Amino acid sequence: MAPSELIHLSAADLAARLAAGDVTSVEVTQAHLDQISAVDDTIGSFLHVDGAKALAQAATVDEDRAAGKALGPLAGVPIGLKDVFVTRGTPTTAGSKILEGWTPPYESTVSARALAAGLVVLGKTNMDEFAMGSTNENSAYKPVRNPWNHDRIPGGSSGGSASAVASFETPLSLGTDTGGSVRQPAAMCGLVGMKPTYGSNSRYGVIAFSSSLDTPGPFGRTVMDTALLHEAISGYDPCDSTSIDAPVPGVVAAARKGANGDLTGVRVGVVRELGGDGYETGVMSAFEAGVQTLRDLGATVTEVSCPHFSYSLPAYYLIAPSEASSNLARFDSVRYGLRVGDDGEASLEEVMSMTREAGFGAEVKRRIILGAYALSSGYYDAYYGQAQKVRTLLARDFTAAFEQVDVLVSPTTPTVAYPIGAKVNDPLAMYQGDLCTLPASLVGVPAMSLPVGLAEDPADSGGTPLPVGLQIMAPTMADDRCYRVGAALEGALDASRGAPFLAELAIR
Amino acid sequence: MSMQARAGDAELLAALETYEPVVGLETHVELGTESKMFCGCATEFGAEPNTQICPVCLGLPGALPVPNEKGIEGTIRIGLALNCTIATWCRFARKNYFYPDMPKNFQTSQFDEPLCIDGYLDVVVDGETFRVEIERVHLEEDTGKSLHVGGATGRIQGATHSLVDFNRAGIPLVEVVTKPFAGAGAKTPAVARAYVSELREICRALGVSDVRMEQGSMRCDVNVSLNKPGEGLGIRTETKNVNSLRSVERAVRGEIIRQKPFLDAGERIYQETRHFHEDSGQTTSGRSKEEATDYRYFPEPDLVPMAPDPEWVRRLKAELPELPAARQSRLKSEWGLSDKDMGALVSTGALDLMSQTVAAGASAADARKWWTGELARRANEAGIEASELAITPQQVAEIIGLVTSGRLNDKLARSVVDGVLAGEGNPEAVMKSRGLVVVSDTDTLGAAVDEAIAANGDVAGKIRAGKVAAAGALVGAVMKSTKGQADAQAVRALILERLGQTP
Amino acid sequence: MSESKISRDEVAHLAHLSRLSVTESEIDTFAPQLERILEYVAKVGEVAADEIPPMSHNVPMTNVTRPDVITPSLDRDEVLRAAPAAQENRFRVPRILDEEA
Repeated sequence: MAPSELIHLSAADLAARLAAGDVTSVEVTQAHLDQISAVDDTIGSFLHVDGAKALAQAATVDEDRAAGKALGPLAGVPIGLKDVFVTRGTPTTAGSKILEGWTPPYESTVSARALAAGLVVLGKTNMDEFAMGSTNENSAYKPVRNPWNHDRIPGGSSGGSASAVASFETPLSLGTDTGGSVRQPAAMCGLVGMKPTYGSNSRYGVIAFSSSLDTPGPFGRTVMDTALLHEAISGYDPCDSTSIDAPVPGVVAAARKGANGDLTGVRVGVVRELGGDGYETGVMSAFEAGVQTLRDLGATVTEVSCPHFSYSLPAYYLIAPSEASSNLARFDSVRYGLRVGDDGEASLEEVMSMTREAGFGAEVKRRIILGAYALSSGYYDAYYGQAQKVRTLLARDFTAAFEQVDVLVSPTTPTVAYPIGAKVNDPLAMYQGDLCTLPASLVGVPAMSLPVGLAEDPADSGGTPLPVGLQIMAPTMADDRCYRVGAALEGALDASRGAPFLAELAIR
Repeated sequence: MSMQARAGDAELLAALETYEPVVGLETHVELGTESKMFCGCATEFGAEPNTQICPVCLGLPGALPVPNEKGIEGTIRIGLALNCTIATWCRFARKNYFYPDMPKNFQTSQFDEPLCIDGYLDVVVDGETFRVEIERVHLEEDTGKSLHVGGATGRIQGATHSLVDFNRAGIPLVEVVTKPFAGAGAKTPAVARAYVSELREICRALGVSDVRMEQGSMRCDVNVSLNKPGEGLGIRTETKNVNSLRSVERAVRGEIIRQKPFLDAGERIYQETRHFHEDSGQTTSGRSKEEATDYRYFPEPDLVPMAPDPEWVRRLKAELPELPAARQSRLKSEWGLSDKDMGALVSTGALDLMSQTVAAGASAADARKWWTGELARRANEAGIEASELAITPQQVAEIIGLVTSGRLNDKLARSVVDGVLAGEGNPEAVMKSRGLVVVSDTDTLGAAVDEAIAANGDVAGKIRAGKVAAAGALVGAVMKSTKGQADAQAVRALILERLGQTP
Repeated sequence: MSESKISRDEVAHLAHLSRLSVTESEIDTFAPQLERILEYVAKVGEVAADEIPPMSHNVPMTNVTRPDVITPSLDRDEVLRAAPAAQENRFRVPRILDEEA
């Protein structure tokens, strides 16, 4: 099979052909490395690619398969890891200059599970510095371009993981979602992206942004691909005290069940507060078409009100910067990473301050200062403390909603991907793009984004249509519901357009 | 301890004529767990630098803490021993400030939700009991250690750079905080010392820590303020890292004396951190607390709350070992000691030694005599604790047994002690190598007795005449000529027999 | 809107607390941005929440611990190689100003 065909296959198809012996992992890996060579100078998905290491790993999988060893369902399939996952012996920067050149002495739990499952790691993907951002413009190394329109953002902060899958550099990737950092770029790049239940995917070895929110999550071009990766990396980890010690729901089985296209008896709630004013018309019409498809598949659709959702954004922009201001204190030039200004005269305090000043970008510094403010003894109750109470109110909204419906749906983002540079000087405007994804983050419930169509940017009439994502939220540890509903919706949409969603981009 | 006058007593008393001292103590105790508080690294003291470090205790990006169950249990046991209420729900918090030996630049500690609150500890000073109230006992992690290079005597001031070892970073550290205590007057410094000493004994009895102040596994911060009677609390200073019992007493005394002239002159005391210098016993000014960092505490999001099961806590309480105060009162009555003798044993740290000596077969009276007398004197001369003497309770008991059986007398026994302390081996070996044995054999002693009688004709005459009491002089002469090795009873009997008197 | 929530001095103070030697021009940029953000996030105060408990995690868990068992440490040389400066098997840092920063 030609390399150009291989890279357009889904992970599930690749896995089947690998298992059948039609193709080797080395061939598959080489095909994707070639695609990276071809497009990544333009797209900027990867911060670090180690082709030799990937091919060696692929060869090992091929040997194991030839020797008849029991292999996981994704063995031999390539993957990209967001550069926030600590990888032993492979540089890890979290998109920041302060970690330039750092080679970790240990491996994150999630990437270790990916390796154990036989997934072939192509490299580390680009991201907003320390996962702070929604555009990937905050990468200290280079921006990422949206494969659908190179002048536009791919979304963030897991922008490189999203663009890599969308531009066929890898069939699968892992990101982290703190306030929407998997779902939002998935929506903007036309992919499936999942934020699992907080606590069901280990944070051990994930460079922390906001500890009570960070959640590793998979990207794929199909719901089934995403489910396969989700199942390979999830589950209890004793190295993470907030890890949930309970079996992860069978998301692959749920995706299979959804693929039969019957949602009879499934109750879908449309969140009244996530839509309407401030949402692009193209986004709303694609979303509404998606909801209609759910009805057509037999689901009962009702409108549900979650009155406190409008407080998600202010609560998030207190909690995440507060935790980040503390989490990022460890980058101090003592044990690893950058050191600036050590001339033998400057004191440690001065060197620390110069290092952090030089090593962090503007968005990171802004959030560190904001977080320090919100945690200050005089402001704690009014800001951080009150924001934590808002989470309780949000949780109550979810609980009440899930008494009426099985899943909640909304657009994933209020807009399609906007031009690079459009909001760089207006952080608050950028933050507004996270409106829909934040409630699930703050409460820890699972949420998926999947592509439901294309829409024009109203400011660019006649321009290239861009992907629109639909978000499916489910109760804690009911991740399987997202997959069942998502797979059903995906099947119906693919049938109506006559091809998988990404096919259009592949042809372009 | 002897009640001899201490340096500064007059100055202390002068300060107390006008002011009332108030003291608060924050004592840190490193728990003796096998592994660190939030990771599995070993905790061995004195290991090669940076050999007990991992992603967690080194604060590597992405690492996460998991609490050591023994750390929590040890903290609760200390709290129970100090009569505290144990929280049914509490959390760790992050204390945010930058310091190079603190890997994450926040300390995982506890803020407004400590594990143990509201306890007390009774201490006895010169027969008087003082109740020191405990505000809280909480659990946190220790920091690494810095070596300051290029300056004088390893101090931070003047150093050109520092070298950091993170082996200690993350070792569980329990902080015991007292409420401010007042009303002890001139005994305040002694009460402070007695409190730390008692706390140390409790931790030792619980087996939760080796509480070695000289190695830093127990450290004390001393807060002192002065106020005029009837007026509100004065401004306090905090003297950091006071690392011996003696220094606790000196730091309190010194700070009372230091603050007085400022207050007399109507000046204010600065709320500051002061550093105690072990060599001079003086404190010097450190950071002013008025510019104190806002620690921006918040609940540690990487950890879930602790909710000790009350049933488990009840069991821990029931299983507490006999605590020092109860043990002392039991032993005092078992051994028939006076308060004063008991106090002397405790203050010289010889209670356990005494107990082990008795357990090894010595009588309580003999054991007390040695540990509060000769051995206390030796320790004092060497400037060490009795427990640091190079002699074991078993050896002391053996020497006592040799005296009881008549093979040694007190003088020879002291020489045997010398030999044991000098590393010459067990008592029997020392006796052999030094030729120390009581000579009671009549044949050997006979010649010496005859010699003494011949040399002291007039004394011999008096004894012959019936003045038996004069025999002492001849016994002395024999002891002298035999270099103290003669059995005095045997010599006396021999003299009387030779001179025609009935022994 | 009422009086400003954050002054230039406060930005400078928080930057110092956070060990960021920000420039004057950065303060000029950050202060008004932070002012706008703080005005917006102060919205959390609109919900009366006196009786509402704070929440940090979705699944309420307690007493997550590990047994007191030693696990292997990292290789010292590997760790020190990644350090900006090392000497005598320790991490070397510039002179420290005081006992506590």
